[in-house]
Amino acid sequence: MLDYMLKELMTLAAARKIKDGDIVFCGTGISMLAAMAAKHICAPNSVIFFETGAIDSLLEEVPLAVADSRVMFWTSVNGNLADAFATMQSRITGPHVVGIMGAAQIDKFGNLNSTAIGDYFKPKVRFSGSGGACDVASFVGRTITFMQHEKRKFVPKVDYITSPGWLDGPDGRKKAGLPDGGPESVITNMATMGFDDITREMYLTGFFPGITPQQILDNMGFDIDVSRATEVAPPTNFELKILREKCDPQRLILG
Amino acid sequence: MNISQDKTISLPEAVTKFVFSGCHLSIGGFTASRNPMAAVYEIIRQKISNIHLYAHSNGQGVDELIGAGCVSRLEIAYAGTGRFAPTCVRFKKAAQSGAIAIEDYSNYQMTLRFMAGAMGVPFLPTRSSLGTDIIEKWGFSRQMRSEDPRLPDQKLRVMDNPFGSWGDAPKLVLVPAINCDVTIIHVQKADLEGTVRMEGLSFSDVEQAKCARHLIVTCEELVSSDFLKAGPDQNQIPSFCVDAVVHIPYGAYPTACYRYYDYDPAYLNAYRKNAEDDALYNAYLEEFVYGVPDHQGLLNKIGNGRLNAIKADPRTGYAVGLDRR
Repeated sequence: MLDYMLKELMTLAAARKIKDGDIVFCGTGISMLAAMAAKHICAPNSVIFFETGAIDSLLEEVPLAVADSRVMFWTSVNGNLADAFATMQSRITGPHVVGIMGAAQIDKFGNLNSTAIGDYFKPKVRFSGSGGACDVASFVGRTITFMQHEKRKFVPKVDYITSPGWLDGPDGRKKAGLPDGGPESVITNMATMGFDDITREMYLTGFFPGITPQQILDNMGFDIDVSRATEVAPPTNFELKILREKCDPQRLILG
Repeated sequence: MNISQDKTISLPEAVTKFVFSGCHLSIGGFTASRNPMAAVYEIIRQKISNIHLYAHSNGQGVDELIGAGCVSRLEIAYAGTGRFAPTCVRFKKAAQSGAIAIEDYSNYQMTLRFMAGAMGVPFLPTRSSLGTDIIEKWGFSRQMRSEDPRLPDQKLRVMDNPFGSWGDAPKLVLVPAINCDVTIIHVQKADLEGTVRMEGLSFSDVEQAKCARHLIVTCEELVSSDFLKAGPDQNQIPSFCVDAVVHIPYGAYPTACYRYYDYDPAYLNAYRKNAEDDALYNAYLEEFVYGVPDHQGLLNKIGNGRLNAIKADPRTGYAVGLDRR
């Protein structure tokens, strides 16, 4: 049996969801690693881009922020924020963008909170705020969200909707006036989840090797359908080699 | 507007002249990159307070201004410095204690707000944030807004598309223009008159620069106008937008300046640890900000060893192999 870390499987589970030709919006950390890994594994013609305006960065070293000088080196275009967000809002390019996100809380419709826990006006815990996350979630064709699988993070109602998921259900985005598109999957340290085509509710698509659907439910603040889930394939030798040797040899993100 | 041919001035003079208590200030840069840190430290040393601060995803500069007690109100999209502090620590503390008033927007919305100010229109539309709490929850009260003529009466507006089905966007979010008293940006190159060349990503610095009544440009290198005119496609801001030019090498330190130097991981990591504790933070301010006469004083304290370690490699524009743990 291969020896791997959960964080590595999470990264690879996201990388596998990136399709060849996708324009991949990513933030810092594990989402950047997933986008880098996808280019080597399953989507050689995908293009990584950052909200700061860098397009198709070579990424010889892992950037530690989306404004890191490492995203500016050997790009096809070094633009700016206005350009980057216009690319996502555009009705021509936006639908081809897949956004990789993260958040402090998520609900069953994939709405994300990265602003505050508790009362917004007197927060128990304050986070960084939207950054570009709300823009990405509003505009692009599909999003993949990384979460830690914990009860306090998978909540029936997020304390603050920073980034729109399917809002309150099947017609939520349409009623609000948002473009088509929305959350496609959620990847945690235990499982992968999708959203039902009809109800737009979260359901279990895969459980990591050694984890049972019950354990997954025990770590969530709401119930989801687990009947369609299968075991997620463990990382292959090739995938691990790419991740460890090409993407994060200094283990700055993987630890 | 300053049309003189030589706008160079010292940093303390520039800050004294254009930044004042209660002013509406915007600072350029993004997370741990090209923040106008020398100017931020000078504002702190001059103990300017009650600032109404605007940024989009500015990290280190925003956090240090808040930490030193210079800021009373903040309009922002994101306060973090990437892996060094996913949420800026002094910002977080100020938000949780209610020490500052915060209005949240998205990055695109802040960019559009600066752009609207630069363009001379009262607002710009976007489809971002429909259905979210960015629309529902307002950090600044209506009373606060009505009392300050420099603030719009409303955080934003949602409206039906006045062109009907044209553009396939039934609803739009209108975000109000920002026209601040002063913007400060740190750039790679400028000439005496103020023409600016930024290298790498410009973030929203151009929009921020052009929406302000006054603009202070701090630069790594002061170059001749002929040098800039030989490569005009690479220049972004014309001199007539600029009020003051300050030549200040390492002016973004400890954040990065593409092709000149990287961020200093040692500084940023130590900063985060100090920021977690009030006593340690005060000691940090005493030693590294109040305890030095100027930015050169800070650089002397850091020493050539560390500055050499972050020096940018000419091929890539960053410090290849820098220990970033």
